[in-house]
Amino acid sequence: MRALKVAALMLLAVACSKEGANNSSTASSTASSGSVDLTGAGATFPYPLYSKWFSDYAGRTGVKINYQSIGSGGGIRQLSEGTVDFGASDSPMSDDEMKKAKGGPIIHIPTVLGAVVVIYNVPGLTTPISLTARAIADIFSGRITKWSDTRITSLNPGVTLPGTDILVVHRSDGSGTTYIFTDYLTKAVPVWSSSVGKGKEVKWPVGLGAKGNEGVAGQVKQTPGAIGYVELAYAKQNRLSMAAVANKAGKTILASVSAVTAAAAGAAQTLPANTDYRISIVDAPGPESYPISSFTWILVYQHQRDAVKGKKLVDFLNWALTDGEAQAPPLDYAPLPANMASKVRAKLATIDLAAAQ
Amino acid sequence: MTAVSAHWLDKDRRKLRVEEFSIGDRIYELVTAACALVVPALVVSIAVAIFAAAWPAFAKLGLSIVTSSSWDVAGGSFGAAPALFGTLVSSAVALIIATPLAIGVAIFLSEFSPAWLRQPVGFLVDLLAAIPSVVYGLWGIFVLIPLLREQVMPFPRDTLHLGATPLFRGPAYGPSMLAAGVILAIMALPYISAVSREVLMAVPRSQREAALALGATRWEMIRDAVIPYARSGIIGGIMLGLGRALGETMAVTMVIGNRPEISASLFAPGYTMASLIANEFSEATNDLHLSALMAVGAVLFVITLIVNAIARWLVWSVSRSRAK
Repeated sequence: MRALKVAALMLLAVACSKEGANNSSTASSTASSGSVDLTGAGATFPYPLYSKWFSDYAGRTGVKINYQSIGSGGGIRQLSEGTVDFGASDSPMSDDEMKKAKGGPIIHIPTVLGAVVVIYNVPGLTTPISLTARAIADIFSGRITKWSDTRITSLNPGVTLPGTDILVVHRSDGSGTTYIFTDYLTKAVPVWSSSVGKGKEVKWPVGLGAKGNEGVAGQVKQTPGAIGYVELAYAKQNRLSMAAVANKAGKTILASVSAVTAAAAGAAQTLPANTDYRISIVDAPGPESYPISSFTWILVYQHQRDAVKGKKLVDFLNWALTDGEAQAPPLDYAPLPANMASKVRAKLATIDLAAAQ
Repeated sequence: MTAVSAHWLDKDRRKLRVEEFSIGDRIYELVTAACALVVPALVVSIAVAIFAAAWPAFAKLGLSIVTSSSWDVAGGSFGAAPALFGTLVSSAVALIIATPLAIGVAIFLSEFSPAWLRQPVGFLVDLLAAIPSVVYGLWGIFVLIPLLREQVMPFPRDTLHLGATPLFRGPAYGPSMLAAGVILAIMALPYISAVSREVLMAVPRSQREAALALGATRWEMIRDAVIPYARSGIIGGIMLGLGRALGETMAVTMVIGNRPEISASLFAPGYTMASLIANEFSEATNDLHLSALMAVGAVLFVITLIVNAIARWLVWSVSRSRAK
């Protein structure tokens, strides 16, 4: 039933986005009842929250928003081509990608935060193990191969770790999760940045690749001695054992919604007033910050070609950054810190609604 | 079309029928010709689109796409040799497992099986082809991989002490070239067995009777009279199974371990070209990356073309040698 609905929505989206492409120059105000008012495409990670937002917002205002969760890369491509009204991405667009966008400058609107957690399968452990960035990097680059390695045991006094091999499981598909995880290791561990680096897919020195969060989690659950990384929301909903990670202040933190928001608050303090929000908040300062955190963004054009649609989009984003934020924690997404949400809303005011072509 | 069939029923108007029949024939001919042309046109346009999209990568990277082993998106190197290797090896493993099994099933069903068993067994084997590949993948993760890791892999390594030979070296985590080969074997099996069964059943009765009349045992009859007669059809079935194995994406991605490395060990994880494309396409934003993935698709396309050409040639040469 759900698959049917999704298929129907996708068909609708295709039909509407074509229509949008044809009519876009003639500022059409025909988006009436029954049709979709705004279309978007992009990241799969925030999709559960966004779909709740869209259905709530449609109930409140009658504005229908269709979103295709095709992945950040696809969202960026479609926005650049102008086939959707907004894109969504888990990693900020590069300068190169920004230059290629056909509709002019693009604004990054952070909506909520996500986190990546390290999950493991060590039989017999009851308390979460603690790891540092260095230890995680050494494990994922194959420099630590046994659980009983002193570089792990020294971080976990009083915990008996087995002498078995570590099996590294990473994502095989291009993913914002991998980007956030490798971005963290790149920022926190110099050796990692010079050997593996960061990206949606990287050249992993060791380990197995599995497709999707469910693939990584499945492989880790099944294999004693395995370690992997998944999104916080996924790990919490499936009750996976997560490692506590030492943050920049030296405190080991277990990932939670509040620890992720704290990371954003810590990073926000050093933000310049004119920031474009294309910022990474991994390894954020602050004693309560969870270090492997990141924003997820909605991408919109600064100059909206269609004043009616543009207004609807800005109104929706304003709602999302106020009332919408409250819906995030129950779904295991971290809301923006309050002072930051108001700054981002000020950014929305700079969107130009009447760009005559 | 309806006019033609109506006249077939109308026995009193035979004179008219001949004239109209030829017009109907003409229309029929045009419709079928259009159908026959649309399909090749589709294949050609797909090939053109793939090669056009792959061209920037071939121009920039040349043959290193198929010869280099380094696939590093961030570093800008795109060498798909491990994926090419994995596609060929996993399909070969699949055929080695599936072919004897499938031909065994086909021979049993066509020669030995009691009539009441033939239908249900044949139906269940054919049903294997109807299972979606993602279901095979899930079954692979939850049933096959634990089974391989705990029961099958320790056997050659510990019981037969072959752990030091290249084929069985390394730790057995489960996701591996072997797991991919087994999944592909199960998926290719119904194709091989269905085609083989049909061609074995089509062997004339006189062929069997002649062999038996010459004093052949049942085994000799099948080996010397039935199988040679059906050989070209069986090879065609095997090639159909190979085509299935080469292109399979989802199930393989879920069990092969997705590691772009060439290893001789069946226990080591690997990668296939189809998996590489499926894994990376949706998040590829960089132009060269996209083009390199298309280039991998082009190489896969060429390989399937070659396999089909070899199949044609085998079927042709086998049927010709029999005619002599």
